[in-house]
Amino acid sequence: MKNFKFILGVGVFAAASFFFLSADHIDAPAVQGGTSDITDFYAFQGQDTDNLVFVANVQGLLSPGATGSASFDENVMIEFNIDNTGDNVEDLVIQALPRDGKMYFFGPVAPGTTGLSSTVIGSGPQTVVDITTYGSAPMVQTTAGISAFAGPRDDPFFFDFNQYSAIIGGTASGFNNPGTDTFAGTNVMSIVVEVPKSMIGGTGTINTWVESKSK
Amino acid sequence: MKNLKNIFTVLLVTLVAFNCSNDDDAAGPTGPTGPDFTGTYTQQDQMGRPAVNTVFVSSGSKDMFNTTAPSNQNAAFQSMFETNLTGLSPAFANPGDTNALGQDAAAFTGLLATDVLNVSLDGTTTFYDGTNVLTGRTLADDVITVELLLIFGGEDFSENPTLSNDNVDANDKSFLASFPYLASPW
Repeated sequence: MKNFKFILGVGVFAAASFFFLSADHIDAPAVQGGTSDITDFYAFQGQDTDNLVFVANVQGLLSPGATGSASFDENVMIEFNIDNTGDNVEDLVIQALPRDGKMYFFGPVAPGTTGLSSTVIGSGPQTVVDITTYGSAPMVQTTAGISAFAGPRDDPFFFDFNQYSAIIGGTASGFNNPGTDTFAGTNVMSIVVEVPKSMIGGTGTINTWVESKSK
Repeated sequence: MKNLKNIFTVLLVTLVAFNCSNDDDAAGPTGPTGPDFTGTYTQQDQMGRPAVNTVFVSSGSKDMFNTTAPSNQNAAFQSMFETNLTGLSPAFANPGDTNALGQDAAAFTGLLATDVLNVSLDGTTTFYDGTNVLTGRTLADDVITVELLLIFGGEDFSENPTLSNDNVDANDKSFLASFPYLASPW
């Protein structure tokens, strides 16, 4: 996040009191710039349309020079939450935790307890993949229909955040055309998991969100 | 403690290897020499739809928003969202103003305050593609412009044109057609 502070300056940070930073990059003081800082969340139909893909990105705005030494924090769990009964309470979770160069995925499986505290649930599907190192081809593991990836990727997010900050800071009246993608040329640490829709409800609409939780 | 645990693990592995002529050092996630995942993990950050905390939560409440379960977010935050929306956008300055989804400020912020992503299991998944609305989020979706249009664009996306599109419409790298879908890093 040092890059961002450099670009924006402290004054703009103070002025941008509530239009802060998108999509979720460094959105809140407690997690800003840390290993549990979620930058983005995606959920979409897979290449195999019987599957749904979940993507969680953390540790945004990595320069190419900083990406090789970036790593997942072994004390941080990334947890995908799935509500398939319409009450915005998770019925299923997919938990991802790194250990010694591998990412361990647990689920989809019913959580032990819902809400703000989690324990690892080992009774459901388990998928283990080698964390892809910077500069290597992506390592993908598919086990019992679940595919998993973890490692550095290009940040898929795009936004002229600098101009936005200028608007909110009162030094510009609108966006430029064309705009400039503030996130161009930067990387994130990505966790991608693709699961059969049949494992998460099969049909209808789910409500889903991602959480970072630390020990 | 960590060092002690490591030493113990090494000793255990040695013993197992000594007693097993064809040991291949394989260790599954729940095996006797597998990683220890015990303990309680406590919420730090969360996210459903893009930029919601960023845009609608006042600066002193951002950590609280991240540690409020979605089922409790509407009661705790809808009023704040509505105040911030009407303060920010001229498109919601007058009573009766709506966005292009026909939502007034209360209805729009009532949707957004519960920060979950609605995803269809039955077909197209997109934040908005001109036809489908809020059926997921793909990598290529121009979510910021969609949100700017819903915040600033008024009833027909025509209001405040210099605020309702950042004119960055695509990522700086092409996405992959197959898993893991995201482009290789720079």
